[in-house]
Amino acid sequence: MTILKILFRNAFHNKLRSALTILGIAVAILAFGLLRTVISSWYAGVEAASASRLVTRNAISIIFTLPLSYTEKIRQHEGVKMVSYGNWFGGIYIDEKNFFPNFCVEPRTYLEIYPEFVLGPAEKKAFLGDRKGFVAGRKLAAKYGWKLGDTVTLKGTIYPGNWDFVLRGIYKGRDDTTDETQFYFHWDYLNETIKKASPQRGDQVGFYMIAVTRPDLAAEVALAVDKTFKNSLAETLTETEKAFNQGFIAMSGAIVTAIQMVSFVVIIIIMAVVANTMAMTTRERIGDYAIMKTLGFGSRDITLLIFGESLVITLTGCFTGMILTFPAAAAFGQALATFFPVFIVSPETLYLDVLAAVLIGCLAAVIPTRQAIRIGIADGLRRIG
Amino acid sequence: MTNLPNIVEVRHLYKSYRRGSLVVPVLHDITFDIAAGEFLALMGPSGSGKTTLLNLLAGIDKADEGSIRVGDLDITAFSETELAHWRANHVGFIFQFYNLIPVLKAVENVELPLHLTSLSKRERREHAETALGMVGLDHRMDHYPKELSGGEQQRVAIARAIVTDPTILVADEPTGDLDRVSAEEILAMMERLNAEMGKTIIMVTHDPRAAQRAKILRHLEKGYLNDTGKGGHDDSQNPL
Repeated sequence: MTILKILFRNAFHNKLRSALTILGIAVAILAFGLLRTVISSWYAGVEAASASRLVTRNAISIIFTLPLSYTEKIRQHEGVKMVSYGNWFGGIYIDEKNFFPNFCVEPRTYLEIYPEFVLGPAEKKAFLGDRKGFVAGRKLAAKYGWKLGDTVTLKGTIYPGNWDFVLRGIYKGRDDTTDETQFYFHWDYLNETIKKASPQRGDQVGFYMIAVTRPDLAAEVALAVDKTFKNSLAETLTETEKAFNQGFIAMSGAIVTAIQMVSFVVIIIIMAVVANTMAMTTRERIGDYAIMKTLGFGSRDITLLIFGESLVITLTGCFTGMILTFPAAAAFGQALATFFPVFIVSPETLYLDVLAAVLIGCLAAVIPTRQAIRIGIADGLRRIG
Repeated sequence: MTNLPNIVEVRHLYKSYRRGSLVVPVLHDITFDIAAGEFLALMGPSGSGKTTLLNLLAGIDKADEGSIRVGDLDITAFSETELAHWRANHVGFIFQFYNLIPVLKAVENVELPLHLTSLSKRERREHAETALGMVGLDHRMDHYPKELSGGEQQRVAIARAIVTDPTILVADEPTGDLDRVSAEEILAMMERLNAEMGKTIIMVTHDPRAAQRAKILRHLEKGYLNDTGKGGHDDSQNPL
């Protein structure tokens, strides 16, 4: 009990130094937590992917399209429950900085394949009934202040011209991991318009979404679909939605790796800071430890004192940083909602925070403890006075 | 001199220190006894080896050769862990710079060595309060060392030294950091512990006035125990 009392009082004996160290750890944990959350957000699409959904795209590249006529051929495969399709529209709202994902899709089937996009019956009916209608995620609509019935114009980049849409529905995510920043409109509207200007670009889709009857059939269906279009003018590549999303992440793998490395560098820096603090503390207290050894306390007690003090400081900083992570992540997520539609501090991030703090606390205490244990009592006592 | 049995027996003790490749001899063939209930002062100039000898007697340093028996135990044969246990049970320490733990109150400092015993929390507190009462500091129990004067801190250190009822008390320059009045108080207290409680005290000092309060005075010169003689004052004149 006294050992605990001493270590707690020691930890806050030099108030300024302890406060600055705790502040440093808190900021480091905050930075670490935010960086880990950025990485988690990056993978949010992968995590949210359904095991019973497949994506079919052109085998050469996602930028090449597939004929609309594939729809029926895909639907005929055993194990296929439903087929939908769409294109990446890539429209710009007012200015390029207002980025958000926008797609044209076959709305009836797409909404059924994506039950996580929760749309009220009236809004769904209004959307399906209006060829120029669109639905937007709750966060996206809130960000730009869109209300039902508002007309929104997107400037086409892949499909030139100004495209007017009427907001017919605002979907909510089924849970926190659902992206609420997307914009969907009718594929038919795009197809009919584009066919007038460039007939050769008509009846082409960017991707097919396939719902399978059972997740365990996914691999079998994917193989069958690709086999069907083997040696055609537009061969297909079918993969699970998860694999498809992972493919996108892989393109930005270097960035993710860089963020991961920065997050670990933050931890290493703060580890050096805490180690320095503990080294100074131990040097100051070497006399105290010598007295305790003189009185009969053993190496285990000294180890407990130094490790305990180090852990008290790092965990105090850690919990402060963790508490600060939530409002910081909320502000960060709000500011960058279109880039990180799902920006949630996950339990795994919090566990990593604590793990990092414990690791820092323990590693920072190793060398000071070794010094304090190794020094002879007589040498330690000589340092007093 | 009394005819009490020896509590400490030192035989052919050698100690040297290494400074790089250089071996510096500190103690040479030290042999002497200390009777139970004795108050011994070790004097000598700086570097004579008196603190080294005290450290060896107290089990906080190890001799190169020779033996030290305290009671029935040869402490030179002990491992570090055994020595730590032995110190906790048999030795009380009084240092020049008091060496109190700064983050503990006076009573907690005194209680500290009792954590290595089997006493309950309540018993530990009672013992600590009794010891502080014996040194006249029962009104300063909840004060931190920095809130106490040098003399008071040394009295707390004495309370800590006696709270476990040790076999021997070792004091290294106990008055070295005190003003004359405080030094007199501390010496009087040590005399009282020796006379009234029968505590065996081994004190290192370079202060002749402090040495005079001891019953036995021994001199160390360049690592040799030079003489054996009585302390500077007559027991019958001891006011305590």
